Amino acid sequence: MAVKTLTINDRLISARESQTILDAAKDAGIPIPTLCHLEGVSDVGACRLCLVEIAGSNKLQPACVTKVAEGMEIQTNSDRLQKYRRTIIELLFAEGNHICSVCVSNGNCELQNLAVEMGMDHVSLAYQFPQRKVDLSHDRFGIDHNRCVLCTRCVRVCDEIEGAHTWDMAGRGHNSHVITDLNQPWGNSNSCTSCGKCMMACPTGAIFAQGSTVGEMIKERSKLEFITTARKNREWLF
Amino acid sequence: MNKLKLATVWLGGCSGCHMSFLDLDEWLFDLATQVDLVYSPFADIKEYPEGVDVVLVEGAVANEDNLELIKKVRDRSSILVSFGDCAVTGNVTAMRNPLGDTESVLQRCYMEAADIQNQIPHEPGIVPTLLETVQPVHAMVPVDVYLPGCPPDANRIRAALEPLLAGATLNLTGEQIRFG
Ligand code: SF4
Ligand code: SF4
Ligand code: SF4
Ligand code: FES
Repeated sequence: MAVKTLTINDRLISARESQTILDAAKDAGIPIPTLCHLEGVSDVGACRLCLVEIAGSNKLQPACVTKVAEGMEIQTNSDRLQKYRRTIIELLFAEGNHICSVCVSNGNCELQNLAVEMGMDHVSLAYQFPQRKVDLSHDRFGIDHNRCVLCTRCVRVCDEIEGAHTWDMAGRGHNSHVITDLNQPWGNSNSCTSCGKCMMACPTGAIFAQGSTVGEMIKERSKLEFITTARKNREWLF
Repeated sequence: MNKLKLATVWLGGCSGCHMSFLDLDEWLFDLATQVDLVYSPFADIKEYPEGVDVVLVEGAVANEDNLELIKKVRDRSSILVSFGDCAVTGNVTAMRNPLGDTESVLQRCYMEAADIQNQIPHEPGIVPTLLETVQPVHAMVPVDVYLPGCPPDANRIRAALEPLLAGATLNLTGEQIRFG
């Protein structure tokens, strides 16, 4: 396996050629903020939080879908990147209806954590206050589209880990939303196995367990991690 | 030495932020030695005075009275603190916005959702007219300091007030700015 040498934040590191910048940085203990990335499922580069600067290119590149290359000089935390990241988080808050104080994920939410990390003490962009739906038709789970950040983690985990592909995307622009089956109530879905993986994968309070109230929804990822680690290490190939 | 002039204002909020302020407990005695409380729901003062040094504004801007008051507050105060999530984000107060215009909001709340005596309140001069949308304070007037939280707990309020009392500017960071 070919090894590439590169620098991240002026530190010389080596990485396998198959690795993304995000993986290489992680191995080197350099944190890069992410939102749509979920360990063990494919990356789509949807949220742009992991953007990094690569010397010689004006274009910022998403670390989760960009492979390492020999001699790359990467910056992960410049002033410009910090500003962009905060703007991305502000956009996400302004685009949906995030009322943390009454949210099932209050205090346990990846979006809220990112806002803290980015120093977002207020949203300077105009709130959109969109009209979005809540679907409580499933026996065990619910989805509140007001809190969905369109990361598609639910789509990927349901497709790639559970193999059900209940979730998909519909609509364009600010009408984009996730759907179950052919845009029917989740409770009527024939493909859903009620495994709960979408709920575990969802970074926000959008997908939750029925009956949970403010701050109660803690996303337990150990089951997901157990499966994705086993797949990665090919533990189940006999 | 002239004491610092402190005010607190209650716009479209549940008064929870003011309750949290009272939660400062014995530190309120220290505070009382350092400031004059010149306007507040805690005090019977009718008119917002001139020359306020620091003002804590609870609540979002939801109706005409809120809007008139916040403009006056901005004109007459040097440091305006957006106090709590309703002031900072609109929060629960702004949950009506996705329902549409004020007519739809009033219909929903006072006609459809009411169990008895369904009627839309109409008392000109007493019940203020709603604004079309509820907005955070900084959408209406410039804000100097953001103090999020629903409500911000007493420690957070103290962390925001102490530097202001000492004449320093501040920016809260880390866990002190978590919404919710
Ligand atoms: S999903 Fe997260 S950011 Fe959105 S309201 Fe809930 S806790 Fe707040
Ligand atoms: S519960 Fe499982 S099968 Fe159903 S939508 Fe979620 S991930 Fe897919
Ligand atoms: S429901 Fe959750 S996991 Fe799915 S796209 Fe929305 S935020 Fe992401
Ligand atoms: S984590 Fe890379 S684009 Fe979302």
